Amino acid sequence: MEIKKLQMLGVVFAAMMLAACSSTDVEEGGEVDSGQSLSGFDGSVSGNQGAAQPQEPAEPAVQLESVFYFEFDSSTLTADARDDLDAQIARLKDTVGTIRLEGHADERGTREYNIALGERRAQAVADYMVLNGISRYRIETVSYGEERPVAFGQGESAWSQNRRVELK
Amino acid sequence: MRKIVASLLLCGGMLVSALVQAELTIEITRGSDRPVSIAIVPFGWEAGTAPPDSIASIVGSDLHRTGQFEPMSPADMLSQPKSESEVFYRDWRSIGVDYLVIGKTRALPEGGYAAEYSLFDVNLQRKMLSGEQRGGRANIRDMAHGISNQIYEKITNIKGAFATKLLYVSARRLEGGNQIFRLVMSDIDGAREQVLLEQSEPILAPTWAPNGRVIAYVSFETTRPAIYLHNLDTAQRVQLTNFSGINGGPVWSPDGKSMAMVLSKDGNPEIYVMDVATRALRRVTNHFAIDTEPDWIDNNSLIFTSDRGGKPQIYRVDLRSERVQRLTFEGDYNARGRVLEGGEGIVMVHRVNGQFHIALQDLKRNRVSILTETTLDESPSMAPNNTILLYATKHEGRGVLAAVSVDGSVHYRLPSDYGDVREPSWSPFLK
Repeated sequence: MEIKKLQMLGVVFAAMMLAACSSTDVEEGGEVDSGQSLSGFDGSVSGNQGAAQPQEPAEPAVQLESVFYFEFDSSTLTADARDDLDAQIARLKDTVGTIRLEGHADERGTREYNIALGERRAQAVADYMVLNGISRYRIETVSYGEERPVAFGQGESAWSQNRRVELK
Repeated sequence: MRKIVASLLLCGGMLVSALVQAELTIEITRGSDRPVSIAIVPFGWEAGTAPPDSIASIVGSDLHRTGQFEPMSPADMLSQPKSESEVFYRDWRSIGVDYLVIGKTRALPEGGYAAEYSLFDVNLQRKMLSGEQRGGRANIRDMAHGISNQIYEKITNIKGAFATKLLYVSARRLEGGNQIFRLVMSDIDGAREQVLLEQSEPILAPTWAPNGRVIAYVSFETTRPAIYLHNLDTAQRVQLTNFSGINGGPVWSPDGKSMAMVLSKDGNPEIYVMDVATRALRRVTNHFAIDTEPDWIDNNSLIFTSDRGGKPQIYRVDLRSERVQRLTFEGDYNARGRVLEGGEGIVMVHRVNGQFHIALQDLKRNRVSILTETTLDESPSMAPNNTILLYATKHEGRGVLAAVSVDGSVHYRLPSDYGDVREPSWSPFLK
């Protein structure tokens, strides 16, 4: 859950980036979540037992982009989003615990349809992560549709900020 | 009516809810071209303290809101009769009044009030109706809405929906980007709000059981969406669903036994029907596209929105044959359909030139008429007598509720001081 804390654990980013490109060592999480339990709100797998011991950061932590943006009515990852995701995936491979992806839409269109669109976006990010070596069972997606905008106002400048998936 | 008053009194006391500042006010932006002129004379009162609210002005604004009536200002009245013997038809006729309402209120020895009223046809010079409404001090508005119902039905032959309720969601932005979400229930004119739920996580899709005593909605209070049932009499809440993914779009079937909903537990959003008593679930759609926003045509068929054709359009599905049929063809975006009482038409969100409006499609001739002129219009909810619908729109950058008559002639807004308001849900007729 608290990925941000793990993020602080003296990780050398350059090394991780390199690792990301060559990662084939996928830990198979078994079936995709089709049989996911109907109970339990967060599928968080018990704690962080395997987490690295906290260390002094070797250098100031680089702020990785944890918000990925989308085009209007689209759930296709842009080239920028893929680059940002690759960096995150490299980091996430050195962590355990649940990865929460929150999908969002801009205010145009109906609310329920936007919930579905937000879910598609979150799933697009999840699929890309799984394809690049993150175990499916770690990923939890939730869509807020247009209910949690970061920018209020009508117009593309606000809308483009709201069509997003946030990594929590 | 006495029964209504009694049950309202009962539930009013039990609901755990804070009474808030008037969230909604009403601004009529356009009325009918040829409204019927009606004079509602301020009611007289006798014996004891005058009631706290003016019954005549509540009845006047009820009728005004339909757009079919233009109530005369009391200042323009030549006389203000309180009883039949004081009515001179000629006076009213000379100032162009078609209908006249007079009445008197009195305090009852056992507490509460009685309001007697009469309706006159000025042109035919005859009394059409007289009656009495009783209620406690807190029920003056119920008494007034009851009188409005009687008058409206007598003149138009359409059942009045003034004593119904409204659910809506409001969201207030806080500094730092958080929001406070509220689920509010009010009278249909926005009066007497009660906050049913207040939290920092979103609330969506409020809807009424056909009996008007239970509501359902989607809440993210667990950080994931789930459908909740909420009993208005007891304020008891039950979490109905807890599936992974989307839990959305709850709507009761007309017989109240089933609930249609949207679940994405099997990978993408599909329409399901749940037996409310047994919680048994039946999957209705099976398509890789988005299927969402169900509503019932009757107990055996549903409409829903799907982008299976590339763009969102409204489809119909028969629950027995599972046959799916596309209903909307005009325009590249038709969504969130709501079926009119009786099933003869749907109101929906319809996009024209990039703007979202509310449109009505007659299901017999499939003719589409666009009802609204504002932008970003959504969430249409029809009055149970099919005369007027509420919807959500943006006005000066804020979410507001607005209304339009089904013939498109009357428009009004219900702005809020509180924040963004949306997702109006008009109750069924309440017993």
